[in-house]
Amino acid sequence: MDVSPVVEVVAARLRYAGDLALDGVDFRMFPGEVHSLMGENGAGKSTLIKALTGAIRLDSGTVLLEGKVVNFATPAAAQRVGISTVYQEIDLLPNLSVAENIMLGREPRKLGAIDWAAMRASASAALEALGITIDPRSPLGSHSLAIQQLVAIARAISTDLKVLVLDEPTSSLDQDEVAELFRVIRELKTRGVAILFVSHFLEQVYEICDRITVLRNGQLVGEYLTTELLRIDLVQKMLGRESSELDVLESRSTPAVSPLGRQSIVSARGIGKRGKLRPTDLEVYEGELLGVAGLLGSGRTELARLLAGIDRADTGELMVGGNREHFHEPRQALRAGIAYSSESRKTEGIIGELSVRENITLALQAERGWVRRIPRARQAELSASWIEALDIRPADPERPAGVLSGGNQQKVLLARLLALSPRLLILDEPTRGIDVGAKVEIQRLIADLATTGVAVVFISAELEEVLRVGHRIIVLRDREIVATLDPDSVTFEILLAIVAKASGE
Amino acid sequence: MTITHETEPTTTAPVIPAWRRVVGSRVSWMPVLAAVALLLIMFAAAQAYFGRFITPGVISSLFVDNAYLIVLAVGMTFVIITGGIDLSVGAVMAFTGVLAAFLLTNGVPTALVVTIMIPTGALFGLLIGILVQYFDVQPFIASLVGMFLARGLCYVLAPRAIKVSDVGVLGLQSTKIGGGGWYITATVIIALAVVIIGAWVLGYTRFGRTVYAVGGSEQSARLMGLAVARTKVLVYVVSGACAGIAGLLFTAYTAAGYSLNGIGTELDTIAAVVIGGTLLTGGSGYLVGSLAGVLVYGVIKTAISFLGVDQSWTRITIGILLLAFVVVQRLIVARANRR
Amino acid sequence: MRPFLKSVLKNRILWPIGALVALILINFISRPSFLSITVQNGQFYGSLIDILRNSAPLMLVSLGMCLVIGTRGIDLSVGAQMAISGAVALTIIADSPTPNSLGTVMIAILAGVALTLLFGLWNGFLVSVVGIQPIIATLVLMLAGRGIALLITNGFITTINSTPYQFIAGGYIFGFPFEFLVSLVAIVVVGLVVRRTALGVLTESVGINPAASRLAGVRSRGIVWSLYGLSGLLAGVAGILYSSNIMAADANAAGVNIELDAILAVVLGGTSLAGGKFTLAGTVVGVFTIQTLTSTITFLGVPPAVTPVFKAIVVIIVCLSQSRRVRAWLSNLRPPMRRLPSDVVTPIERTAA
Repeated sequence: MDVSPVVEVVAARLRYAGDLALDGVDFRMFPGEVHSLMGENGAGKSTLIKALTGAIRLDSGTVLLEGKVVNFATPAAAQRVGISTVYQEIDLLPNLSVAENIMLGREPRKLGAIDWAAMRASASAALEALGITIDPRSPLGSHSLAIQQLVAIARAISTDLKVLVLDEPTSSLDQDEVAELFRVIRELKTRGVAILFVSHFLEQVYEICDRITVLRNGQLVGEYLTTELLRIDLVQKMLGRESSELDVLESRSTPAVSPLGRQSIVSARGIGKRGKLRPTDLEVYEGELLGVAGLLGSGRTELARLLAGIDRADTGELMVGGNREHFHEPRQALRAGIAYSSESRKTEGIIGELSVRENITLALQAERGWVRRIPRARQAELSASWIEALDIRPADPERPAGVLSGGNQQKVLLARLLALSPRLLILDEPTRGIDVGAKVEIQRLIADLATTGVAVVFISAELEEVLRVGHRIIVLRDREIVATLDPDSVTFEILLAIVAKASGE
Repeated sequence: MTITHETEPTTTAPVIPAWRRVVGSRVSWMPVLAAVALLLIMFAAAQAYFGRFITPGVISSLFVDNAYLIVLAVGMTFVIITGGIDLSVGAVMAFTGVLAAFLLTNGVPTALVVTIMIPTGALFGLLIGILVQYFDVQPFIASLVGMFLARGLCYVLAPRAIKVSDVGVLGLQSTKIGGGGWYITATVIIALAVVIIGAWVLGYTRFGRTVYAVGGSEQSARLMGLAVARTKVLVYVVSGACAGIAGLLFTAYTAAGYSLNGIGTELDTIAAVVIGGTLLTGGSGYLVGSLAGVLVYGVIKTAISFLGVDQSWTRITIGILLLAFVVVQRLIVARANRR
Repeated sequence: MRPFLKSVLKNRILWPIGALVALILINFISRPSFLSITVQNGQFYGSLIDILRNSAPLMLVSLGMCLVIGTRGIDLSVGAQMAISGAVALTIIADSPTPNSLGTVMIAILAGVALTLLFGLWNGFLVSVVGIQPIIATLVLMLAGRGIALLITNGFITTINSTPYQFIAGGYIFGFPFEFLVSLVAIVVVGLVVRRTALGVLTESVGINPAASRLAGVRSRGIVWSLYGLSGLLAGVAGILYSSNIMAADANAAGVNIELDAILAVVLGGTSLAGGKFTLAGTVVGVFTIQTLTSTITFLGVPPAVTPVFKAIVVIIVCLSQSRRVRAWLSNLRPPMRRLPSDVVTPIERTAA
């Protein structure tokens, strides 16, 4: 290719909260192309975007714009030279008018006062250039998210736009709105704007993107032309194949009895939530390890959150141990024996400033109520036994949980939930972002758990892990369960194919 | 403001029904209209009950008696739109009043005294603004510091009330213009001028729009390249300057500078601004609403004195009204978030 | 030396204790009699005893404030609640034919405190159920509360003559002022309730990370609600102490600005206004520090009305010492400290607001 890249990131490296978020990543975009950045949670996508748009500074590595090294102090500085971002949660001002949202910061003025007429005219012009006809005087918040997004784009193009980053732009749009957005994207493309399109919808990526860069665990996997990269290969590159280090756990603990002969612990009928999960049926049997496979946004987390009462279901019913339940609060699910460990350990798991002991006993204490405090000696005994059983390090129950490594924090969380003796344990990406050793330990722990009769729902982005751990596997795609599989009769490749398959194929 | 997110998905993106355009562009005025409606209802009710409430004298004195509160409400509106709060206004008003009285009795010329008062108030605002913006002190704590300082300095300057006999200052209040029962004083003219200038600043300057932007989302405003830090400091300066002006008006009104003046005024001011439709969470509000809020406060006060019952009912009624408005605001915001 | 220094710097309660000791030293140097305690008729007298006694109302209010702040909240209505309980109690006693009977006084106290408990629960309802920001929810009662107190006393400053009631602030038991013993009992009871039950740790959990607490099954609503109730209750008792001190219910003067002193005491004691980890011991020290500061200022011949200036300066110093900017600046002077957890939770705070 004889065109030179409009923007380039070279050897980007960034350590964040102890983990390497970016590990020597190279990235480039050409004018007039739509480029997709693909990867699972923790791959480093959002970190790379932030580095590109001036929201964070790299530890090392450079960002080049049109061949010149740039060093943005703020996103506003990046915008001034033509790199704009439209985030999923629109970073505009819903309380101000559409015109202001487009023009504020460079509004036309007359005699020191804002010239509202001229401002509306310029805003209208920017909107018309994108083929949008809305009243620039209306407050931004009165419009749908789709329109707000287009307004954000209109703001971006009213400067000399070179690079436009769209971060998950389609996740809350319906089909017509997506079509409208794509029309605008194609329009921008003809103007020579380089567009970075970040989305977990594979169809959309294949529909609109020219080139794909894949990241995994903070490292560059590769850069490919969309036309030359098969879907299944893309998904495999995103999810990766684990190294042989994990073969330790090869012999999967198979269920003693087939699920059919077992007691159902949780039985969901048509459970769903608008925009999150289509009405879904699911049975979980005692002592089984149910592996959940699916890409980010497939509904895997959404399903878990409905089962655990974190989010409230719109439709369907839930039977737990033969009783019909309708959870409003996680507390009710915990009482019914369903425990959930969130994928976001830091924001929804660990109470960082409390000690390991307090974190481990928290859920148990919450269940007993505040009056009946677990005696201090019992707390010490409990936490000591869990620290030993799960090999939590450092083995100091009085250390604030926030200073532990990711893997040990995950174990503290596990201990907190296991202390409740749950009937069903839902683990949402429990092995994400933790080192290989801890990963194996946690997988082994989960396998051991099932032998005690506890049912475990194990969600992971890593298909091999799901295959290895699960007694039974369900696959989610496009917000519904598309397959239930027996891990002994499927291979990695088959599972990959099901996960990656385009809907309607 | 965030209350107007649509719940239904739009079918084709650019088509917006006409009704939504009309409602949409008016929706941030709804709380203001509610305040005005409340004011009118209260007038009507008072008229019906007392028989002789809507008279030129009552309405004129409504403005005259509350001129200082109108000015304070203007400054407070700036602060609250950014999502902050300023508890220092009553104390700063008292301090500038005491300072003026002190300077006047020591023979400083009136014009100089008046020009000193406003920057003095602004200086307190600057201190608060710097604490809030550069040292991450919560607005209410920072403005408490301002309040403590101002109150304490009042006593340092003058432990007892200082009578003001300066004709120039008193004239602001005592010179009544008008006829047929209607009258207006210079204090009212100043107060309304402050409202008009404030409204112009909020509506037609980049600073004014940034005030709204900061209240809408500080992060977004920063991403849009607006001067967030400067704006957040400036709103407290504006509020302080308004407290300085209010100090002048209050001194003219009471003919004295006294360290105990205006205790609790900050609460009245906040209540008036909130009743006037400014969201305490920031991002939305109009000075016309704040003016209406002050008048609601004034009508309650007048009505209660007409009734001849204890004045403590004023604060209770205002408290209940404040609660009602806050709860309604909360419900509106909650409904918007449920989408 | 270094590790020792570090652990001293880390221990949050040492700072307020240091401030308190420094203040006491200043007093002692300028008037050696400050530390002397005399015994008359088996009762202790002296400046220190005065400080212990005079700090009682602030102590009660601060204990409640500390817990409320632990939930990420604030209670601005405590001063107004003090006025209410005093007004109720004194009105009952004044209207009673037997103001000197112990029964009347007991009923009066119970009625006053019960009413503020209800008002506290009302605050808690607004915060935990309706979801109004704590500052605003309690501002309503701060605004209306004194009006209510004035209504109860019909707008007058009700004065009474009641020996049992006077004993509350003026009496001595075991040689110590009864008022001080009340605050001591409050410290012990609140301390026991908070640390011998799980209330303390659950409160901290909710204050640090509400989302994670919810997922762990913590009933945050009930906790927050009841703590505002407790704050009201303690403010009610403080109001009784105050009114007994002057034997009058002065709705305009009772507990004026005490909410600010209480917040200051809590923050001075090492509890962050951002909520989470709180320390009752630190708060107790903070209260004594403020009371000592007040009496020092008075002793230095400064009119009490100027005290706010000194408090403002203390607030500025405390806030600056907690400010990230100043800390970052200071950390250049000593080895880098662990990243503050409060930085990490910022995104949650944003969504919570």
